[in-house]
Amino acid sequence: MFKKIREFIIESCIRLSGLLVILFVILIFLLLLKESLSLFGVYPIKDFLFGTKWLPVSEPPKFGIIPLVLGSIFVTIGAIIICVPLGVATAMFIAEVAPPTLKHILKSLVEILASIPSVVLGFIGIVWLGPFLKETFHLNTGMCGLTGSLLLAFMALPTIISISEDAITGVPKSYREAAFGLGATRWQTLWRILLPAASSGIMASIMLGIGRVIGETMVVLMVTGNSPILPHSILQPLRTLTATIAGEMGETVSGSDHYLALFATGLILFIITFIINFIAEVYLQRTRK
Amino acid sequence: MGKKHIILLLIWSSFIIGCRKTDTVGGQVKIIRIIGSDTIVNAVQMISEDFVGENPQVKIAITGGGSGVGIASLISKTTDIATASREIKQEEIDMAKRRGVEPNETIIGFDGVALIVNKNNPVCCLTINQLHDIFTGKKTSWKDFGGKDLHIVTLSREVSSGTYSYFKEVVVKLGKKSSTSEFSSDTLLLSSSQAIVEEVAVNEDAIGYLGMGYVSDRTKTIKVAKDADFIAPDVNSVLSKQYPLSRPLYFFTNGPAQGVTKIFIDFALSPEGQKLMVESGFVPRIQTIVQKD
Repeated sequence: MFKKIREFIIESCIRLSGLLVILFVILIFLLLLKESLSLFGVYPIKDFLFGTKWLPVSEPPKFGIIPLVLGSIFVTIGAIIICVPLGVATAMFIAEVAPPTLKHILKSLVEILASIPSVVLGFIGIVWLGPFLKETFHLNTGMCGLTGSLLLAFMALPTIISISEDAITGVPKSYREAAFGLGATRWQTLWRILLPAASSGIMASIMLGIGRVIGETMVVLMVTGNSPILPHSILQPLRTLTATIAGEMGETVSGSDHYLALFATGLILFIITFIINFIAEVYLQRTRK
Repeated sequence: MGKKHIILLLIWSSFIIGCRKTDTVGGQVKIIRIIGSDTIVNAVQMISEDFVGENPQVKIAITGGGSGVGIASLISKTTDIATASREIKQEEIDMAKRRGVEPNETIIGFDGVALIVNKNNPVCCLTINQLHDIFTGKKTSWKDFGGKDLHIVTLSREVSSGTYSYFKEVVVKLGKKSSTSEFSSDTLLLSSSQAIVEEVAVNEDAIGYLGMGYVSDRTKTIKVAKDADFIAPDVNSVLSKQYPLSRPLYFFTNGPAQGVTKIFIDFALSPEGQKLMVESGFVPRIQTIVQKD
């Protein structure tokens, strides 16, 4: 009797936690939607989505989100170009090539990499990486998109490595045996058999990596210079969606247009990350099948 | 229930009891919350450390973020004192009154907005109009000002900064309310004054503005003139208003300060507190302090 009641209580607690999480996500979305809609009451949605000027404290203010979206996209693409080859190659090495001892060491190092606080990376970016890139590329300033991309690539690496590695290790043993049986070399097996077989898992890792990069705030706020210009190159200073919200939210009086515009920016960011996570989930489902 | 559970329960309950205890002492422990200007956050920190040293029953929580952040917090009643390096705007006063908050202003000292460049930059002096040309992007090379043939990189604070508002009004708009001038769009907006110092220290092309408390020997300070006389920001030139970019620094409270908050503000205004303002690089409210030094 006592056991049954205990089971019941525990079960309901777990169910409640699950439902609460869903409820929170929906509530957050509704809050963002509500505040954004009140912005579009006073500021035309067309100017918000397609405006190319972000001047929130001017008279009259301009809340064109295009420079911010482009800023986020530039930084993210830069980071992905850097970290995907590096991450997948590392995952291949850990899963198939590395001897067991090295494998263990590498795996724990990757975990340590994941636990470096972003503000520490940002600081490294300001005092070391930025000046270094400025010298190397003869830039006007080291506070540019590339600095952000490099640091963000560093932050997305653990996600990509560990999920890709799981995907490659998860390929059934029979694939390997069949390949070796047909006389394939280790590299041929890895490149032509295992990698395609693990591709959905690797895609999922890349999508989750993108999600991590596009939502990251502290690093980009600290190192990308935050100029709300339309970027042409990753070597320019640029301003991302996240840095805008973080940099300006503290100052706005709640209920003002600027405050609502930041919520609308948050909504755009939420929708972008939601789509990316959704795609990742689709690929993950495929891996499991 | 195993032994583990009992131990956990004990730890848990001791936490709860622990919380109670501080609560009861809370009758005497007073907390002052201070939020606002990044420009004077270090000065306020110094003053409050001395104040807490003398009044150990008071705890002071200080947060930066910018003058706008401080005033927004005062309006939403999440701070006792809002520090600001600019005047309160009319919209903010209106918003405050609607929420039942009466912003009460105290000037605690003065500051000069210093212009800093890299130590290797030969340019020494600029007029307000030249600064206007630089920060609005009308002139983009140091060559125009007698420097090297380098592209000028302008550094600004984020829009939440009081120094940003002040600089925008006085330099970018040249003091004209109707002006529609904006910071040039490739101006870098950095999140703290220290970040500006770091960038200027390593970047020969850069020019940035900040409160004179952040001036150090890692950067070179530009002498500024309104018309003819180029003057460096220091205690005397700011106090006599000879330096063209001088401004007061404010504490805002909801109504006249009361209780410990009043005692703290009185301490900040006392010769002792004002001396700490000078030590952290600012200008005191009362001239006598300077003369004593």
